[in-house]
Amino acid sequence: MDYTNDPECKLPLALIVNMPELNENPFRSRIVESFSEDGMGNLSFNEFVDMFSVLSEMAPRELKAIYAFKIYDFNVDNYLCKEDLEKTLNKLTKEELTPEEVELVCEKTIEEADLDGDHKLSFADFENMISRAPDFLSTFHIRI
Amino acid sequence: MSEGEMARLMEEVEEKKKLIGTIRNKPWRMKRRLVQLREAQQFVDKFEGALGKGKGRKWYAYKVMMTKKWIKFQRDFENFRTACIPWERKIKEVESHFGSSVASYFIFLRWMYGMNLVLFGFTFGLVVIPEVLMGLPYGSIPRKTVPRAEQPTAQDYSVLMDFNGYCKYSVLFYGYYNNQRTIGVLKFRLPLSYLMVGIGTFGYSLMVVIRTMAKNADVGGGDGGEGEFTFAWKMFTSWDYLIGNSETADNKFASITTSFKESIVDEQENQKDENIHLRRFLRVLANFLITCSLGGSGYLIYFVVKRSQDFASRDDLSWYEKNELELIMSLLGLVCPPLFETIAELEDYHPRIALKWQLGRIFALFLGNLYTFLFALFDEVNTKLEEEQAIQNASIWAMKEYYANYTRLLNDSESTPPPMDPSDVIRGPCWETAVGIEFVKLTVSDIQVTYLTILIGDFARAVIVRFLNYCWCWDLEAGFPSYGEFDISGNVLGLVFNQGMIWMGAFYAPGLVGINVLRLLSSMYYQCWAVMATNVPHERVFKASKSNNFYMGLLLLILFLSLLPVVYTIMTLPPSFDCGPFSGKVKMFDVIMETIDLDLPAFMGTLFSYAANPGLIIPAVLLMVLAIYYLNSVSEAYKNSNLELKKKMQMARDEEKNRRNNMDSTNQVMKDLEDLMPNQSLAPPAPPPEPEKTPEPETKPVKTKPGKGVNLQKDVALASPNPGAQRPVSRPPGPRGQGPGAGPGRGRGRGVPPR
Repeated sequence: MDYTNDPECKLPLALIVNMPELNENPFRSRIVESFSEDGMGNLSFNEFVDMFSVLSEMAPRELKAIYAFKIYDFNVDNYLCKEDLEKTLNKLTKEELTPEEVELVCEKTIEEADLDGDHKLSFADFENMISRAPDFLSTFHIRI
Repeated sequence: MSEGEMARLMEEVEEKKKLIGTIRNKPWRMKRRLVQLREAQQFVDKFEGALGKGKGRKWYAYKVMMTKKWIKFQRDFENFRTACIPWERKIKEVESHFGSSVASYFIFLRWMYGMNLVLFGFTFGLVVIPEVLMGLPYGSIPRKTVPRAEQPTAQDYSVLMDFNGYCKYSVLFYGYYNNQRTIGVLKFRLPLSYLMVGIGTFGYSLMVVIRTMAKNADVGGGDGGEGEFTFAWKMFTSWDYLIGNSETADNKFASITTSFKESIVDEQENQKDENIHLRRFLRVLANFLITCSLGGSGYLIYFVVKRSQDFASRDDLSWYEKNELELIMSLLGLVCPPLFETIAELEDYHPRIALKWQLGRIFALFLGNLYTFLFALFDEVNTKLEEEQAIQNASIWAMKEYYANYTRLLNDSESTPPPMDPSDVIRGPCWETAVGIEFVKLTVSDIQVTYLTILIGDFARAVIVRFLNYCWCWDLEAGFPSYGEFDISGNVLGLVFNQGMIWMGAFYAPGLVGINVLRLLSSMYYQCWAVMATNVPHERVFKASKSNNFYMGLLLLILFLSLLPVVYTIMTLPPSFDCGPFSGKVKMFDVIMETIDLDLPAFMGTLFSYAANPGLIIPAVLLMVLAIYYLNSVSEAYKNSNLELKKKMQMARDEEKNRRNNMDSTNQVMKDLEDLMPNQSLAPPAPPPEPEKTPEPETKPVKTKPGKGVNLQKDVALASPNPGAQRPVSRPPGPRGQGPGAGPGRGRGRGVPPR
C-alpha cells in the first residue's frame, strides 16, 4: 500500500472481516459488501467510517433498518426472497436445522411479514416488521 | 440589509444548522455527507457573524459532549448492575445449551437463595447474635448445659449427627435461649424479638412472593400479543452483533438453534390433528393409575409412622430403624416422580402442559407426605407435654431434697446453699427442641438424598454409558439407558417443599435457615456442573411459559400450609417450663401482652384492648372481604377491556393486509356494505401500468456502474420518506412519452433519459 502516491486506498474484504469485532459475526461478508461502493467488499476509509457509524448506537432506527435490509438481501435484488431467508437461517443456525424445519421457518416468516402478497419481503414489509421489534436496536449494534 | 433579507438569511442559517444537527441520520454516502457538512458550516460561519450570534456552535458542541458523557455513564452503570447479579454467566450457558425451561429452574433457585439470605440475616442478626453476645454463656444455667447422664457421649460423631449432644444444647435450637425479659446493657428484649422474627419471617416471605407474582403477571400478559412476527424477529434480531468471542458465539448459535426449535414445536402443536376418543380413554386410565400410586404412598407413610411410634418406646435401635421415617419419605420422593412421568406418556400432552400436570401430581405426593409427617410429630409433642407435668413435679421435689440434704449435712441452716450444678438438674422433655431436631434431620436427609441421586442417577449413569459403550452389544447412548435429561418438575418441587420445611422449622430451630443458605449455595454450583456435564437437552425442547407464576403459586400455597402448624402451636400449645425464651409463660404470645403492659405508654395498652374487641374485629374482616371482592371485579373489567383492544388491533392489521393484497375485505359487515354500494370498493383501483411494473427498474442494475449516477439512484430510492405508502397509483402510465418536464423524480429512476 503506497500511501504517498495513492492516498485513496481500499482495504480488501478478507482483511476487514478478520477484525475482532466482525470475526465471529455470521454476516460479516454481507455487512462489508453492503457498505462498499463496488459491491465486492473493498472499503475506502470513508466507507469504513460509514459502516461503523451506522452500526453504532447513535444511529437512528430508520438508518439501521435500511442497512439491515441490504445486509440480509443476499442476491441484491431489493427483495428478501425465500433463498435470502434460507441463507440467513442457515448462517444463524450453522445448518443445524433439517430442511423441513428451514422450509417451515421461512414460510412462516414470509407469512408474518409480507403485506403485499408477493411472497417476498420488500423494504416496506421489512421496515414495518422491524420497527416493532423490541431488541432490534440493541442487537444491531457494534461497539468499536 | 433590509428587514426581509435579514429574516430570510436567519431562516437559511437555521436551516443549515438543522442540517448540521441531523446530518448523521441521513442515509447518504460519506463523501456526500462531508461535502454537505462543509458547505453548511461555511455558510453558518459566514453569516452568523453578521447576525451577531457566534456562540451557538460552542454551546451546541458542549451540549453534545455532555449528552454523550451521560449516555456513557448510564451504560456503565447498567453494566455494573448486571455484572453484580450472581451466576448470570452460568445460567446463560445453561440456557443456551438446554433451553429456557431448564434455565428457569436455576433462575428460581437463585431467587430462593436471595430470599433465604434475607431471612438468615434477620434470624441471625436479631436472635442468634444477641443471645451469643449478650446472653449467658454455655454451662451457666440448666437449659444451656448437657445433662450429666449424656455427657460421656456428647461429643460422639454419631450423637452429633443425630443432632443430640452438644448440638442439641447450642444456639441452633429453641431450647438454648433464655427467658430473661431484657438482656445485656442495651436491654435487648430477646423473647419479644424471637417471636417477632418468627412472625416476620412469614410476613416477609409472603410479601416477596406476592410481589414477584405481580411483576410476572405484568410481563406475562398471556399468549395473545406475542404471536406477532415471532419467526421474523427471531430471524432478523436474534444475532447479537456485539459478540466477539468464539466461545460466546458458539453458545449463541446453540441458543438460536434451540429457540427456533422451540418455536417450531409450538407451531407444530397448533397444527396437529387429534383422535379424541382414544386420547380421552388413555388420559382417564393414566389418572386412575396415578391416583392409585398416590394412595399407596400415603398408606406406606402411615404404616411407617405407626412403626416409628412403636420404636419410640424401645431403646436398642439400629441406624436404619432410627431414621426409617425420613428415609422412606425421601425415597418416595425419589421413586414416584419418574413413575408418574412414565404413566403420563399415555396422555400425550404438549410438553408444557405435561410439565404442569407432572408438577401437580408430585405436589399432591409431597403434600401427603409432609402432612403425615406433621401428624406424627404432633403425636410426639402431645406425649412430651404429658411427660412434662410429671417431670416438673419431680424436679421441684429434687430441688427441695437437695437443699434439705445440704442443710442437714452442714448443720447450718443460716447460709444459703449454692445452687445445684446445672448438669444435675432434672430436665424437662422440651418438645420444641425435639420438633426442631426432627425438622433439621429431615432437611439434612433430604439434602443427602438429592445429592446422592444426582451423583448416582446422573453422573454414574453418564460414566457407565460413556465407557461401557465400547464393549456392549447395543448402543447404550441411543437406546436404554442413554444419558439422563434434567428433571425440571422434580427439582422445582423439591426446592419448593424444602422451603416449606424451612418455614415450618425455622421457629423451633433458628439455625435451620443458615443450613438452608449453605444448601442452596452448594446446590447451585453442584447442579450447574451436573447438568452441563451429565445431562442432554430434552428431546422436545419447549419454551418455559413466560410467567413463572406457576412456581410462585406453588410456593405461595406451601407458605400458607407451613404457616398453619406454626400459628397453631404459638396460639394453643403451652411452652415448655424450663427451656426456650417463653418458658414460664402460659402461652407464647403472652410476651406481647407483657411488652404492651410494661414497655409501652399506658394509653397504648387501652388502645390495644379496644382494638382486640370482637365488635371491632368482625366489621374489619367484613370490610376486607368487600375490598377483595371489589378489586377482583375491577381486575376482571381490565382484563376484558384488554382483550377487546387486542381484538381490535388484530382486526385492523388484517384489514390493512387485505387492502394491500387488493383482495376483498374479509370483514362481513364491510362486505355487506360493499354489496350495497358496489362502486365504492375499498380496494384501490388496480393501476393500469400493472404489466409494465415488472420491467420497470425495481430491478436496479446489478452490475454496478462506476461513477456517481448509480449511487445517487440508490440513495434517492432508499431515502424516500414513504417507501410503502399509497403512492403507486399516482404514477403516470408509462415510462415513454415523457416530456422533459416529467420531473426529476421520474427520470432518475431509470438512467435512460426519456427521449
